[in-house]
Amino acid sequence: MDREINMGKANLEVFSETLQHIAESNRDLLVVTSDSRGSGKLVPFAQRFPDQLVEVGIAEQNLVGISAGLASAGKQVFAVSPACFLTARSLEQIKNDVTYSDNAVTVVGISAGVSYGALGSTHHSLHDYAVLRAIHNIIVCAPADNFETEEAVRQAAALNQPVYLRFGKRPMPLLRKDVPFVLGKGRVLQEGKDLAIVATGEMVHPALEAAALLNESADIEVTVISMHTVKPLDTELLIQVAATGMPILTVEEHSVYGGMGEACASFLLQEGFHNRFQVMGIPDEYTVTGSQQEIFDHYGLNGQGIMEVAQQLLGVSQEK
Amino acid sequence: MKESLAKKSIEYRKRILKYIYKAKAGHTGGSLSCVDVLNVLYNRIMNVGPSNFDSPDRDRYVQSKGHCVEALFVVLADQGFFPESELETLCQYNSHFIGHPTRKVPGVEQNTGALGHGLSLSVGMAIAAKLDKKDYQVFTLMGDGELAEGSNWEAALTASHYKLDNLCAIVDYNRLQISAPTRDVCNTDPVADKFRSFGWEVVEVDGHDLDALEATFRKLPFAAGKPSLVIAHTVKGKGISYMENVLKWHHGVPSEDQYEQAQKELDSALLAL
Repeated sequence: MDREINMGKANLEVFSETLQHIAESNRDLLVVTSDSRGSGKLVPFAQRFPDQLVEVGIAEQNLVGISAGLASAGKQVFAVSPACFLTARSLEQIKNDVTYSDNAVTVVGISAGVSYGALGSTHHSLHDYAVLRAIHNIIVCAPADNFETEEAVRQAAALNQPVYLRFGKRPMPLLRKDVPFVLGKGRVLQEGKDLAIVATGEMVHPALEAAALLNESADIEVTVISMHTVKPLDTELLIQVAATGMPILTVEEHSVYGGMGEACASFLLQEGFHNRFQVMGIPDEYTVTGSQQEIFDHYGLNGQGIMEVAQQLLGVSQEK
Repeated sequence: MKESLAKKSIEYRKRILKYIYKAKAGHTGGSLSCVDVLNVLYNRIMNVGPSNFDSPDRDRYVQSKGHCVEALFVVLADQGFFPESELETLCQYNSHFIGHPTRKVPGVEQNTGALGHGLSLSVGMAIAAKLDKKDYQVFTLMGDGELAEGSNWEAALTASHYKLDNLCAIVDYNRLQISAPTRDVCNTDPVADKFRSFGWEVVEVDGHDLDALEATFRKLPFAAGKPSLVIAHTVKGKGISYMENVLKWHHGVPSEDQYEQAQKELDSALLAL
């Protein structure tokens, strides 16, 4: 694969720019924030569309309840707050006021996963896929790069149903744009016959790096899938991959419990597939302290670390 | 006119008890305490009914104290949202008529049941009305015990920050909650002072005096640029001698003898009109 990947912007910035494009022709689009316009890169949006930003202060439960009320009155609402607070403190409002009442709010978790790094576990969201997967009537999506972000925001805005979008805060490499993005459909970014790495969100890029390292070091041909939509899972694609008999390695910036990997494993086992299977993510422990990258490196969530787990899964020697 | 409203209040109480008795479940005391407020809102104040429920200009009612759903259901049936006979299925397998409001029941604005949600939802609707320059009003009914939920106070702040004088919250101030008097569980008094300090205009009224309730709601908004709070002083179990102010009727279901006595008391009240 092409190792020369250009750097793009933070997905959050693309989110904000895309909202501005939509707002130009849609006066019903509203952004609701809980003192989070700065961290959400929404200051330019607020400056251009001051009447389309509703600020509720540091009150995440209120943020989601008000967003649901606005949506019920015909507004197209993006409720934006750090994922750690939004999917924990206001989970009951997501469950009752958004999904159960079927108010079409797009709930946007910003600085997700361990984006806040050394701010610590209060600011990490490693539980959001797990809790939202167990709640009916919400699409759960973590775009991998700028392209997926723009597409996900546009598609969420066009849907009249609850969606959760999850964004990190660091600049992301620009990946392929020639594979279409459709909510609920995984994207096959490269095809190989020896191993499938199914990654979600900002773990897709290190998965591609691992695939390149495996190919260089041992001619291992790897399929890499961006499984941006954690729910509903693209079960059709999973069956296609599993049917080849390849080992499957999943990678996500989330607890190893209840996330995308477990969702894939559960589905495939119940379909009768017994491929060798490994879930990579953040283990169930007090998360190590450090920057986001240091946390990734500690848990092997980088190209090298994913490659090493892949080698174990494949039963190949780690010696070159 | 007023006599017919008084008659409706008694008829509503008879139906609340009828369906709770049949379902062997329900929130009896609170439904009886808030039903006069609902009677006045739906029959005298709000511009909402089956013919305009799809209209973006309709008034909105959100029942934050969702557990008193039996009062809401009998009033919605009376408004013609659905045949009253459907309430025979209350709390039965596969019925839409469950123990809290759901939008599967025609006329229900929002799904509620977890306390402390209705005010934020209503604030969202009221902000939307302001943005769209529409003149509909948003009403929400809360319990006095429910005011212990912190989310209400987040919403109360936002309502005054956005000067939502198209929003009216009502507290069904019956002073009892499931385990004890509210002042003994976690005292939410003084409710009026708290809301005033949050920037609301507050009016207190006898929540069973239909004329006073109507006159109060007709004064909305109580102050330009401020959200309005009505503290409706009510009696839990109102209308049934042995239920009034008795804790166990929070969700007590009458026995056959108790049910017959309750209906007789209400029949006598009808005759006395």
